[in-house]
Parts: sequence; structure tokens; C-alpha cells
Amino acid sequence: MENSLDPAPSLLEVRGISKSFGAVRALQEVDFTLRAGEIHALLGENGAGKSTLIKVITGVFPRDAGVVRLGGEEVAPRSAKAALQAGIATVYQEVNLLPNLSVAQNLFLDRQPMRFGIVREGEMRRRAKALLTEFGLDIDVAAPLGNYSVAIQHVTAIARAVDLSARVLILDEPTASLDRHEVEILFGIMRQLAKRGIGIVFVSHFLDQVYEISDRITVLRNGRLVGEREIASLPRLELIRMMLGRELAETTSARAAVGEHKAREICASFESYGKAGYVAPFNLELRHGEVVGLAGLLGSGRTETARLVFGAERADGGHARVEGAAVRLQSPRDGVRHGFGYCPEERKTDGIVAELTVRENIVLALQAKRGLHRPLSRREQDEIARRYVKMLDIRPPDAERPVGLLSGGNQQKVLLARWLATSPRLLVLDEPTRGIDVGAHAEIIRLIRELCDDGLALLVISSELDEIVTYSDRVVVLRDRTHVEELSGEAIDVTNILAAIAADGAAMQEARA
Amino acid sequence: MKGLPPVLITAVVLVAGFALCALQFPNIASTRVVGNLLTDNAFLGIVATGMTFVIISGGIDLSVGSVIGFTTVFVALAIERWGVPPLVAFVAILALSAAFGAAMGAIIHVFDLPPFIVTLAGMFLARGASFLLSTESVPITAPVYASVSDFALRIPGGGRLTAIAIIMLAIVIGGVLLLRLTRFGANVYALGGGRATASLMGVAVGKMTVKIYMLSSLLAGIAGIVFSFYTSAGYSLSAVGVELDSIAAVVIGGTLLTGGQGSVIGTFLGVLIQGMIQTYINFDGTLSSWWTKIATGVLLFAFIALQQGLVALARPPAAKRAGAVS
Repeated sequence: MENSLDPAPSLLEVRGISKSFGAVRALQEVDFTLRAGEIHALLGENGAGKSTLIKVITGVFPRDAGVVRLGGEEVAPRSAKAALQAGIATVYQEVNLLPNLSVAQNLFLDRQPMRFGIVREGEMRRRAKALLTEFGLDIDVAAPLGNYSVAIQHVTAIARAVDLSARVLILDEPTASLDRHEVEILFGIMRQLAKRGIGIVFVSHFLDQVYEISDRITVLRNGRLVGEREIASLPRLELIRMMLGRELAETTSARAAVGEHKAREICASFESYGKAGYVAPFNLELRHGEVVGLAGLLGSGRTETARLVFGAERADGGHARVEGAAVRLQSPRDGVRHGFGYCPEERKTDGIVAELTVRENIVLALQAKRGLHRPLSRREQDEIARRYVKMLDIRPPDAERPVGLLSGGNQQKVLLARWLATSPRLLVLDEPTRGIDVGAHAEIIRLIRELCDDGLALLVISSELDEIVTYSDRVVVLRDRTHVEELSGEAIDVTNILAAIAADGAAMQEARA
Repeated sequence: MKGLPPVLITAVVLVAGFALCALQFPNIASTRVVGNLLTDNAFLGIVATGMTFVIISGGIDLSVGSVIGFTTVFVALAIERWGVPPLVAFVAILALSAAFGAAMGAIIHVFDLPPFIVTLAGMFLARGASFLLSTESVPITAPVYASVSDFALRIPGGGRLTAIAIIMLAIVIGGVLLLRLTRFGANVYALGGGRATASLMGVAVGKMTVKIYMLSSLLAGIAGIVFSFYTSAGYSLSAVGVELDSIAAVVIGGTLLTGGQGSVIGTFLGVLIQGMIQTYINFDGTLSSWWTKIATGVLLFAFIALQQGLVALARPPAAKRAGAVS
């Protein structure tokens, strides 16, 4: 199966794939090449288009443009099942097997060995056993799959996929719920499969693992291909720059020019605040009229920090102060009571209520804060809604329209309005510009600045480094769930942030050079 | 293998219950009483077998009682009024009920509707249609009915294994084999484990859904014919509430109401338990027959509580950990 010619022939060729969801362009002319027998990491931040690309390749989503060739032949599967038949198998983070069936049935579902219309149970178990032995598993295949650990379920899923004559194996975040030892076992299996000539696509946000196992990487960003590299000749800093930095225009903080305002009043402060296994203890001061940006890779602890600050997650150590007074933040309710607001990243699931109107969505938090026994009159509601629709320029300016019908940018504004209506002292924004078009993008950034000038304290998470650089007074950089660096004033630029994220000495040197 | 512990518990309940009954009324422990029990519950055993497939696949079929009612009326009218030969009438009604079930399965799959609603509509439809045919009870006098009623295998101890009891036992055995040994059976469990996942793994979910409801309705049709043998009449109000009795039998038999686990043999034991309670009440003579429902209700509660306990125990610790990490 393996071709000894060098370079290895390309097994899977993806050329010019585009995919839009409504107005959002999830993939734009993306190319991707997988060689037989290689482990190829697919990298990118949230929303970069990794999942969409996988789903387009495996036929879960229809593509708008482009071709997929497998072993030189064009393929266009229309379902995951068809992709599997063509030889492209996917194993997702959540194991897609049936926990109520036996391991053997899971391996051979719908293709059991039969005789006279009857499943040959013994033969099936024997084959299941033999198959799993190849993968280093010696387990009772007659027991329900649900009795086994996630790692074993993963290996079972991979064994099934490979046995279905997969030539391409896509592993989507396979290591996210495995411990170190289980990851080693999985990597062993991946190397073994690669040796057999199977092409493996490895999606992960654990860079250490990517460096450990991959031969080559492809980086996506905002639905576009950033580049394809040999991992051996790619410094980590360069990789992170590919994932985060745009054209690396040397934007400096627009706010730095204003000068540092040490004299600004402290709005909230956190001292060795943290939670074991969630975010390492950190110190953080948030001042009125100041934007603090949180930068770091996916999974570095940015959202976790935000949730601790807001009270959505309970800290197990440290102290929090609001306007100098010690407070306890144990629930979002506490956060709201102390005048905090939080716009989460997952607008659709954690934020807006799509069926309710713009007005109802805007007054939601304010009403919750006042309590049920003090209802806002319809007149007050209309007044509030009108004010924010005008102030934030929500379009169409119709407060009675269900929020679900608005564009992403306008939904984001409605969320902002909801918290602004509660007159907060601190607003936490998690990826406020994610998934909205360029025009709305600029507007949200303008709004952030305006709010800040009005004396609000802001804590903003973003993967867009130039964006963070543009509006932040200070930038906290996170890596591996730890606050590793705080940049302020002139020091805020993309290069420094990248260096702090990559944070190995050599990379730092290179960045300065 | 699957669902064995609950089945064992059902078996223990049945044996213990039977022993208690026999202690009080020694006559119960005779082949005559057991033979009658099988005959009296033949139609229930047949529909409950079909219901087992539906419930393991994660669905529910509320229409079966009405399909039985419709079948009895249709068969009675066809034979007595329209002059159709009984065998032709049977084939026609079985084709009709299978098509009815297939249609419900297709609607459930294509429009992605809850089986509860679709089969509830089917229940009203079939019951209404049987009233449309006749609101009166129609006696069946065809000779074949007399001969079938007379036919019985003598069993030692004075018991009689009637034709309809034999049909029921054959269907139960067939159901066990179908569920345990065939690809169809494995797919039924797969559907109950998760429709989306089963589909990703290559199970033709749509076809399976149609086939499962077709099987349930077909068995309800057979149960209807059996019921017409049992009562020698067709009546549009017959078998009201049988869908609920059969669901009870399935659950008492250890099948998970949420799907994915269960067995036909357990369902059969569940039917026998219900029959045993009925027999006990008949022997006692002073108890109202509604005590059957009360006893069934108590047993149902007990089994559902038991299943919840077993499900909680069976949840692997790994699943909890995965949840905590993300």
C-alpha cells in the first residue's frame, strides 16, 4: 500500500473548498493535502473553520465550491456514511458508538458475519477480539461498550473505522478527555496506522501533542488557509503567529498614546484568585475607564478567567474586592448584584433567547436584577429598548422583532444592551467580534472604546490579536491556564503577545530580531 | 446478556407470586389453570412482543389496542356480512395493519415527529374507523371459528393448550430469535442506543423505523384475529387500553422505557405476571377485578424505580469524568 517514492503521493486532496452559512463565510477557497502514511495536524483557533472543513470533506455539510480527491479520484460523499464507504472515517471527541451494545456489536454493526440470516455471534466475537488485539486491547468484547473508559471507547471507534477499510482517518480532538497515559497509547496506535499507509488528520489544540505526533501541519484562520508546513522546521512562535496573527501589521495600542492612567480608580481586584484544575491563581486589577484584554490560545484559560471573575464558576482560593470592599462571587447572581455583566462566547446557546423580541432580550437582565416583584412596566421597557436600539444602532430598528432574525453583529449588540441596561460597573466580553461581519466588527470595537470612555471597566477576550492591541490599555497573556504576562502601554503589540504565548527563550529572541 | 438482571428479577417475582398464590389456592398450581392463563392472555402476549421491539428501539406504539379492535370488527364483518372466506379476510387485515404500521413509521421518520403523537393519532384513527364499520358487536358463526376453538393439545394434568395459546407461544419464540439472533434485532438495540449515532454507524434508520412499527402493527393485527377467536365476535370497543397493558408488561419484563435494553422473554414473563394476578383475583372471588390494575400499577412503580437504580449504577465513572473536563 505504501509507496516508496518520495515525496509520498497525496492521498486526499482538497482544492478550493468554500462554504457559507447565510452571510457568514465559514470557508474560503481552502486547500488541504494529506499524504498516505502521514499524521497531519489541522490547527486553528475557534471559528477558524476546522470543524467545517472536516464536515465538508465527510459530506455532513454540502460544499459551495471546490473538489475533494481521494487517491486521485474525485469524491463527493453526501453523508458521513457515504464518506465512510469511500474510505474517509472520522472519530469525534464524543465517541459516536452505542454504549448499550456490546463491544463486538459496535465493531460489526450492520456488517456482522451471517449464516442463514442469523448473526454468528461466536465468529463475530472472535473477529472483534482479534481486531482489538492489533490495537493492544485485551478486553471482554461481549460486555457493553458503556462499561469501558473513554479511552477504550476511542480505540474501539478507531478500530471500527480502520476495519471499515478507511484510507483516511480524521481524529477530531481525540485527546481532550484522555489522561497522559491514554494519550501515549493513542499515539502509539496512530503511528502504527500511519506506517500501514493510512493518512491521519489530527485536530487538536494541544500544541505539545501536535509537535510530538505530527509530520506536517495545516493552519486555518477565519475560514482561510494560512499555510502548510513541515513541523520539524517550524518554530513554535511561527506556528502561533500563523494561528493568531493576521498580516502582523505592527499595530500598537491606540490607547497607549493616551498615556497610562495609573490614577484611575480600581473597580474590582482579584488577589491570588483561582480554582484548582481550572485556572491557576492570578492577580488582576480592573479599573474604571480601562480595557483589559485577555490573550492566549484556545484552552489557555481565558474564558475560565472570565467565568471566575463574573461568578459563573466558584473560586477555591483568593480574595475578590469590588470598589475596595471584600466580596464573595459564588454565582452569576452575585456577579450581577455587584454590577458585573458577562457576554459569553456562545451567543446562541448561552446568551440571547432567539424567540423573544429585541425588547424582551434587552430588559431580561435588568428585570432579573430588580426581582419579580418589581416588574418593569411596558412603557419603561419600550423606553429602554428604544434608547439602546438608537445608541447601539441595532438594525433593523424594530424592538419587537425576534432576536433570532437579526444578524450576528446585531445579536451581539442586543446582548451588550442587555447588560448596559443594568448600568454595570464591569463588563466582561468573551469574543465579542466572533462570527460577525467586518462592518459590525469595527462598530463593536468603536462601542468598546466609547463604553470605556464613559467610565466602565471592561475585560475583553479575543483571539484577534490586532484587535486586542487596538483597544486594550493592558493585556493579560495566558498559557496553560496560567496568567503568564501582563503588558501595558507601549509594550502592547502583537509581537510581544505572541512571544509571551510561545514563551520559550529562543522564540522570544527570534521575535525581537 | 443485555438486560439479564431485570429479567431475572421479573422471573423471581413471577415464581414467588405463583408460589404464594398456590399456597393460598392449591388448585392454581395445575396445568388447567396455567393453560387457561396462556389462552386468556394470548392476544396480550402477541401485541406485547411487538411493543418490546418498539420500546427497545426508543419508541412507543399507542395504536395497538385500536388496531386489535378494528381487526375484530373487520374480520367479523368480512366473514359474516361480506361473505369473504375467513383465510382471505385474515390475509387482507394483516396486509392492512402492516401497511398502517409502516405508514406510522414512515411519518415518524420523515417528519421527525415523536412516536407518541403519531401513534396516538393512529390510535384515534383506528378506533374511529372500527366504529365507522360497526358500532354493534358482530357475532362470528363461521365453522372455522368453532373448529379452532375446539382444537387443543391435551397436556398432562387435565390442561388444554389451545390453538391461540400455541400461536402466542410461537410468536414469542419467533420474537426472541428475531431480536437476539438477527441483524434486524441488533439494529433495534442500536436505534434505542441513539438514532443519530446508529445512523452514523451505517444503520438505515428510516427503513428500520418503518419495519419496527410495521412489525408492531402486524402483530397487533394477529392479536386481533386471535382476539376474535377468543370472543367469537367483532366489537369496536374491544381491547380498549390494551396498549397500556402491553406497555406495562414490557416494562415489568425489564425493558428500559427509554430504549436500548430489554428482551422479549422478559415481556412474556410480564404478561404472565399480569395474568397471574388476574387468576388470583378470579380464585379469590371477593375482590373486584380492578385490583388487577392496582397490583399492576404497584409492580410498574417498583420496576421503574428498580431500573432507575440499575441505570444509575451502570453509568461508567469515565462518562462522568469526561463531562467534568470539558
